[in-house]
Amino acid sequence: MLRIECPCCGPRDHDEFRYGGDASVKRPAHDDPDPEAWYRYVYIRTNPAGPHREFWQHVTGCRQWLVVERDTRNHAIAAVDFARKLPARKSTLRKSPA
Amino acid sequence: MSSNRKRLSVGARIIREQPVEFTFDGRKLAGYRGDTLASALLANGVTLVGRSFKYHRPRGIFSAGPEEPNALVTLGTAGRREPNLPATTLELADGMVVESQNRWPSLAFDMQSVNGLLAPFLSAGFYYKTFMGPTRRAWMFYEHFIRKAAGLGRAGTGVDPDHYEVRHAFADVAIVGGGPAGLSAARAAAAAGARVALIEQDFLLGGQLLAEPSDSAAAAWLRQAEAELEGFETITLMKRTTAFGSYDGNVLGLVEQRDPTNPQPNGETRQTVTMLRIRSIVFATGAIERPMVFSNNDRPGVMLASAARTYLNRFAVLPGKKIVVATTNDGAWRTAFDYAAAGAEVTVADLRPVPPAALAAEAGRLGVVVRAATRIVDLHGGHAVRRVTLNGPEGQSSAACDLVCISDGWSPTVHLTSHLGVKPVYRDDIDGFVPGVFSASQFGAGAMIGAYATVAAIEDGHRAGIEAAASCGKSAPVSAPSKLDLGETGSSVLREALPAGRAKAFVDFQMDVTTGDIELAHREGYESVEHLKRYTTLGMGTDQGKTSNFPALAAMAALRNATIPETGTTTFRPPYTPVAIGALAGRAIGHHFKPIRRTPMHDWHMANGAEMLEVGLWMRPYFYRQSGRDVNDAYVAEMRNVRQAAGLMDISTLGKIDVRGPDAAIFLDRVYANGFAKLAVGRARYGIMLRDDGIVFDDGTTTRLAENRFFMTTSTAKAADVLSRLEFLLDTAWPDLRVAVTSVSDEWAAMSVAGPNSRAILGAAFPALDVSDEALPHMGLLESEWEGRGLRILRLSYSGERAYEIYVGATAGEQLWSCLLEAGRLLALKPYGVEALGALRVEKGHVAGPEIDGRTTLDDLGLGRMAGKRSGFVGDVLRRRPALQAPNRQRLVGLECIEDGKRLRGGAILFLPDEKPHGHGRGRVTSVTFSPERGHYVGLALLAGDVAAEGSEVVAVYPMKAETVRARVVSPVFVDPQGERLHG
Repeated sequence: MLRIECPCCGPRDHDEFRYGGDASVKRPAHDDPDPEAWYRYVYIRTNPAGPHREFWQHVTGCRQWLVVERDTRNHAIAAVDFARKLPARKSTLRKSPA
Repeated sequence: MSSNRKRLSVGARIIREQPVEFTFDGRKLAGYRGDTLASALLANGVTLVGRSFKYHRPRGIFSAGPEEPNALVTLGTAGRREPNLPATTLELADGMVVESQNRWPSLAFDMQSVNGLLAPFLSAGFYYKTFMGPTRRAWMFYEHFIRKAAGLGRAGTGVDPDHYEVRHAFADVAIVGGGPAGLSAARAAAAAGARVALIEQDFLLGGQLLAEPSDSAAAAWLRQAEAELEGFETITLMKRTTAFGSYDGNVLGLVEQRDPTNPQPNGETRQTVTMLRIRSIVFATGAIERPMVFSNNDRPGVMLASAARTYLNRFAVLPGKKIVVATTNDGAWRTAFDYAAAGAEVTVADLRPVPPAALAAEAGRLGVVVRAATRIVDLHGGHAVRRVTLNGPEGQSSAACDLVCISDGWSPTVHLTSHLGVKPVYRDDIDGFVPGVFSASQFGAGAMIGAYATVAAIEDGHRAGIEAAASCGKSAPVSAPSKLDLGETGSSVLREALPAGRAKAFVDFQMDVTTGDIELAHREGYESVEHLKRYTTLGMGTDQGKTSNFPALAAMAALRNATIPETGTTTFRPPYTPVAIGALAGRAIGHHFKPIRRTPMHDWHMANGAEMLEVGLWMRPYFYRQSGRDVNDAYVAEMRNVRQAAGLMDISTLGKIDVRGPDAAIFLDRVYANGFAKLAVGRARYGIMLRDDGIVFDDGTTTRLAENRFFMTTSTAKAADVLSRLEFLLDTAWPDLRVAVTSVSDEWAAMSVAGPNSRAILGAAFPALDVSDEALPHMGLLESEWEGRGLRILRLSYSGERAYEIYVGATAGEQLWSCLLEAGRLLALKPYGVEALGALRVEKGHVAGPEIDGRTTLDDLGLGRMAGKRSGFVGDVLRRRPALQAPNRQRLVGLECIEDGKRLRGGAILFLPDEKPHGHGRGRVTSVTFSPERGHYVGLALLAGDVAAEGSEVVAVYPMKAETVRARVVSPVFVDPQGERLHG
């Protein structure tokens, strides 16, 4: 029974959250045409016994997507942060349409 | 007061001023307040209490706690009937109705005890050997009889009138177990400043101290300890409460029984489950005594030595006057001494060559006969023990007796820590498993970590209580606990060796597993304890092998010539003791099983003859009773009315999402497979979303309300998933996009007016609005206000007819619904339900949930053209995977039934006409409807592309109803293929 310290709402029971999978995989840019990159992103997981960065959404709270670092061996949570605070990546933004 | 003939006249912890009446198998009996059912039965001389699981052997009361394998009973009548309760944990209360189990026609004369004669055939692996392979079919025949013969009690089928609750609670420190270690830990933790929850399964605190005489120093210590705890406001005492599971993050699952001696006339909660969240835990769960294994050791009258002592000292019951105590350790001698002091004739058979001199001296003083290096090899008697055969240095001898007390040492109760993955480790000096390494906020104390002597347990609990409080930051100074030294001497490390070749020597009493079964498992290669457990069913009873686990693995270790640690132990899992499903469900039953979502027009539907259908959590109109006799009649009539006049449908359940921000158009362009960036303001577009793996996710329409603001609808089923997915993409993938998404599903009531008369109805309902085709073309939007609420009219069609979706502020939903019906009264406007809605879309070849099933791609659904040559949207790259392009991939086709008087069915499997209908076939029917326009059944199907040419024939097989029907592959658009009616 996890308790996740939501950076917006405080400590909450995991019933309030939705699991979103591995946060350590790198999502290719939206227009990346490389099938290999997408294949790795969608299917390849390391499944570690130990610290694991994963996405959780506080669905019945602030609805923010969070990155939770959870130890898969004992469910101890070492860190929680907003997913939006992830290291800035190269902008994928195109010019606004005419 | 009836009998109580085995009851002593003084002492113990029963309240003699409060007699209690109960019935056992219809017999009226009496006991006292403070009794358990087991102690009251023993006091009345009832020794035969149940029949065993497999062999129907007579069984009595074996223990005095939750480890009881034998004395399982059914309590209560009608809806309150609860089976398989250990008599040893049931607090006696007035009017209790108790039945024995697994016997027919009566407990004393049981027909199926002949199973005992069949024992050689019912040994370990019996089912596997008998009913696998060629004889497997025999199982079908015998299963009924075997299930009837083997078993436990039967639950009632009536509705349980009692309440159950589930709640959450919090504290700093939980102490599990109210024995000397737990009491001492609770005092220390509370004194240090922590908020403490003390959990005790019994209705009295004290644990093993309750087995001490009620006028002893132990009793005085216990009284003082209880008084001290009551002085702390910060201690929550939870008696009658079992910690059934311990879970990650310091959460304990607790189940509390109500006080049965204090019934509340106005109803009460029978059991309460508490999920207790604490910052640290002290496990002071004690230990469970181990039985000795010899032939017929399961007969009534055989009891754990500590249990016999409990019955004597706590309940003033002397179950036997001539007793044999068989042991390998010092502890059981205390039982011998107490029984001798109470006037019983006692023999001690100690397996050790030279029992400690101090014990022998005390035995001499009390007149206890001591037989060293002696064991019991056999026991005689049917419903009660009559004598035992002893084997010692002077050879075999016989001893008459009416009670046999056995003890082969103790096993620490490591179940709860095992739930958390703390591996038990074997300790030589106590010959038992204790928990391995605890996590930082968890502590063990007392017997459960091997500190068996009371004096040590108290010190140990004190230490653990202080540490547990300190780990929550509470460390006020704590005075030393008062001492209690009962002078227990060390536990022996001598263990009884496996009695090879002995018949009917039981290891697991509840599952009827004998040493013979363990030998057989070993012979056949099931040597690992996990295999042993599954092959023999050892430890798989309701007692989870609390008394059998260690003897069994010791026996296997001996057979393998291995040590106990090499042999290992099985993993304990929750629940520690059985928990009623009703208690776990709490109030979430019946109407409260799950929440119900109602649309703003729900009351109107209910008042106007709608049959409702559960769609997820939603209640939706299935059909309206005025449309036809049953659903089949009604939906066809409702369809006809939509195609010929007009229908009104409640579509409030659609997911609705407000998408806004400077980059909203770019965002939608990426999440939909078809383009949205160029959608003009005031126009709507059908859109389809893929998952990252290229499979279709959901569809819906999105309307551009303004340059930077869109109104998205999703399917009813995927509303929550779509919103969450959009938020995921914005938060994690494209945080640079300036877009906000918000669910507005509940803000809007939504209804669809469909059919050739729909525009006229709209005109009548909204006389101030221009709803002409010029002002509101197909896929157009009209925004306005109605009765002070927002109004959006979208000209969209799901049925293929001219149609309008009307959105209005939710609180005005029912009012607008009625207004539309009134406006459409002369234009034959009638409401229709989801069955007709689904039928209309099938006729039109629109895909929905049955086709968008998480396995289909755009191409499979014939929608590949929607994406065209676009790229850069979610799922684009992986949808191009070669395997998804295979020519025999199943794709969407239309089917029409070509046999008169027959029908298609959803789920039917498709085969070629000349094929033997076997296996998965070439595809399956996903959606069907009767088509009034075509005059026969039509359907949508997913059919292998290489056999899906239009005009070819297939056979639809529905094995559930043994139906086979021929069908022709056609275009999935059955009605108006040119789409002219949209404008009609």
